[in-house]
Amino acid sequence: MINIHNLHASVESEGQMVEILKGLDLNINPGEVHAIMGPNGSGKSTLAAVLSGKEGYEVTEGKVTFKDQDLFEWEPEERANEGMFLAFQYPIEVPGVSNANFLKEALNEKRAYQGLEPLKAGEFLKLVREKAKLVELGDNFISRSVNEGFSGGEKKRNEIFQMAVLDPEFAIMDETDSGLDIDALKIVANGVNSLRDDNRSFLIITHYQRLLDYIIPDYVHVLMDGRIVKSGGKELALKLEEQGYDWIKEEVGVA
Amino acid sequence: MSDEQQLLEEFTSKEYEYGFVTEIEEDRIPKGLNEDTIRLISAKKNEPEWMLEWRLNALRTWQKMTEPNRPNVTYHKPDFQEITYYSAPKQKPQLNSLDEVDPELLKTFEKLGISLEEQKRLTGVAVDVVMDSVSVKTTFRDELKKHGVIFCSFSEAIQDHPDLVKKYLGTVVPTADNFYAALNSAVFSDGSFCYIPKGVRCPMELSTYFRINAAGTGQFERTLIVAEEGSYVSYLEGCTAPMRDENQLHAAVVELIALDNAEIKYSTVQNWYPGNEHGVGGVYNFVTKRGIAHERAKISWTQVETGSAVTWKYPSCILKGDHSIGEFYSVAVTNNRQQADTGTKMIHLGKNTKSRIVSKGISAGKSDNSYRGLVHISKHAEGAQNYSQCDSLLMGDQCGAHTFPYIENKNSTASIEHEATTSKIGEDILFYFNQRGIDTEKATEMIVNGFSREVLDKLPMEFAVEAKKLLAVSLEGSVG
Repeated sequence: MINIHNLHASVESEGQMVEILKGLDLNINPGEVHAIMGPNGSGKSTLAAVLSGKEGYEVTEGKVTFKDQDLFEWEPEERANEGMFLAFQYPIEVPGVSNANFLKEALNEKRAYQGLEPLKAGEFLKLVREKAKLVELGDNFISRSVNEGFSGGEKKRNEIFQMAVLDPEFAIMDETDSGLDIDALKIVANGVNSLRDDNRSFLIITHYQRLLDYIIPDYVHVLMDGRIVKSGGKELALKLEEQGYDWIKEEVGVA
Repeated sequence: MSDEQQLLEEFTSKEYEYGFVTEIEEDRIPKGLNEDTIRLISAKKNEPEWMLEWRLNALRTWQKMTEPNRPNVTYHKPDFQEITYYSAPKQKPQLNSLDEVDPELLKTFEKLGISLEEQKRLTGVAVDVVMDSVSVKTTFRDELKKHGVIFCSFSEAIQDHPDLVKKYLGTVVPTADNFYAALNSAVFSDGSFCYIPKGVRCPMELSTYFRINAAGTGQFERTLIVAEEGSYVSYLEGCTAPMRDENQLHAAVVELIALDNAEIKYSTVQNWYPGNEHGVGGVYNFVTKRGIAHERAKISWTQVETGSAVTWKYPSCILKGDHSIGEFYSVAVTNNRQQADTGTKMIHLGKNTKSRIVSKGISAGKSDNSYRGLVHISKHAEGAQNYSQCDSLLMGDQCGAHTFPYIENKNSTASIEHEATTSKIGEDILFYFNQRGIDTEKATEMIVNGFSREVLDKLPMEFAVEAKKLLAVSLEGSVG
């Protein structure tokens, strides 16, 4: 699905380019769920930003192929329409644009990209109602402005809802669990689990092991100082929760 | 002569060309403004003596006035002796097909979703199916007549309905009101007159009529709308299509009179030439618009302003009658070097009068966009209520948005609310759209329309869709 090889990327900070990713390697096959954990500042969100094409980041070295194509050849909207979805850590409020309007546009852009006709209003509403149930969002939310006045939990549920409607092949979840209470966390996790299948891959970026109790990953990676320094199964996440990151720092010799 | 003066000259004296040259026969009088000019204009229009006197009186008033300096707006003041005050009939060159029209203009039409038929009409292409549109026009006229609605040009009204014109002209915007109103009163070329009899609900949106009629706007336009007791009318001026008018200075006057229990809804879409990206050329739009609302009457102004190099207008309501209502809904867009200073005045005189102001300013490029509004509550306006909301949206970091709300309250029972916000279309919000597969251009359109929705919803239906597209077209290339 996505293959990241020796990825180096810098971000501009106070007028200077600072290297954040320093040779990251990662391969995700269709149907796999990968979790990336790491201390603050290790480059987790930078990875999400670089993959999705956010401005302000510069790739200085390395290669990423998405569906066997050079990812960096595509604009952010093309990556989205190719099937990449980013669940934002801080979803944006868009006053005056309803969830329905926003999603209809997004969905129809994707359909146009695939050479399909826009969805009829009735079909769209049916789809939206069905998917809204996944994350337990009420009917009236669809006519509300995108994320405006939403609670933290509602915003995150809305991200998962959008994901469900847009039906991506590869979803990146950037600290989706941050700021969620346990009930909201379960709703979000249930939503994600119901979308898991043999063809869809996930990259779950998280600070805490907690989310991984509910979304069981196939692989767990530890990101430190811009590189993946250790990989393992679910048990690695549990060990990190118990013992922190210090033992890995010692093991791999990262300052 | 400097380049700028030369351009000014060109715009004040010559038909703007879309890349083709056609000589047109024109009936015009020499440049300059004095009593003889006024007499000549009045004589050419075959006006009665009282009208001439009214004009002369206005001229004398104007001559004693000086052009005001407006804060937040800079421009070259026009030389009033260099303008030609009568030039009729203004004929656009006739073309044989749309192929002869500037392709850029056609592209814009397409983006606005304007029908082929209308594109031809707007660009002066001879239309094959003239018969059809003539018959439609006649149908409209008959329909209006049946209800006793008078809707005609101002010149016709002076001839055919002198008593009505005499009774109401200048009662809302007196000649001496301001410099440009006085100038307009002296030299106004033509405009529209509309009279709705008692208890009549005008059977059609007068905008619909305009769609067919293509009323050519004059440089000094005069509009007078009288709604008798309990009547209703919805009127729309302007056009979403780009108006490449050749006149640099536009000084119109609009007067609305809503008698007891009447309602006037006045909508404007203004898309005059804004000048190029360096601020050369473009229309100066200095308009005086005011309505008076008698008991339980309602006046509602809705405007979408995207054009003109300099816009300076404050559609206002005098809430004279008890329980009367005034509304002002505005979207003003400025891009490149455009300057807009616009807002409203709500003058509460009657008891329990209500006003509502919703102003949305969108600034892009190096433009400046100001809201300037006055809410005045007089001593006798017991229980008056005002709600104002002024929102600004900035695109990029070289434009300006300013809000100047003035409040004068002389009655302690009044309730006045004012809210203001400023937001910016930043990279974060655009990236959110991009990541959902929506490109920057479309995203900008959606954000701007969302921002303006409350105002756009007030427009007559058939214009709302075009107005939405117009906003997007006006802001093209200003983000990303």
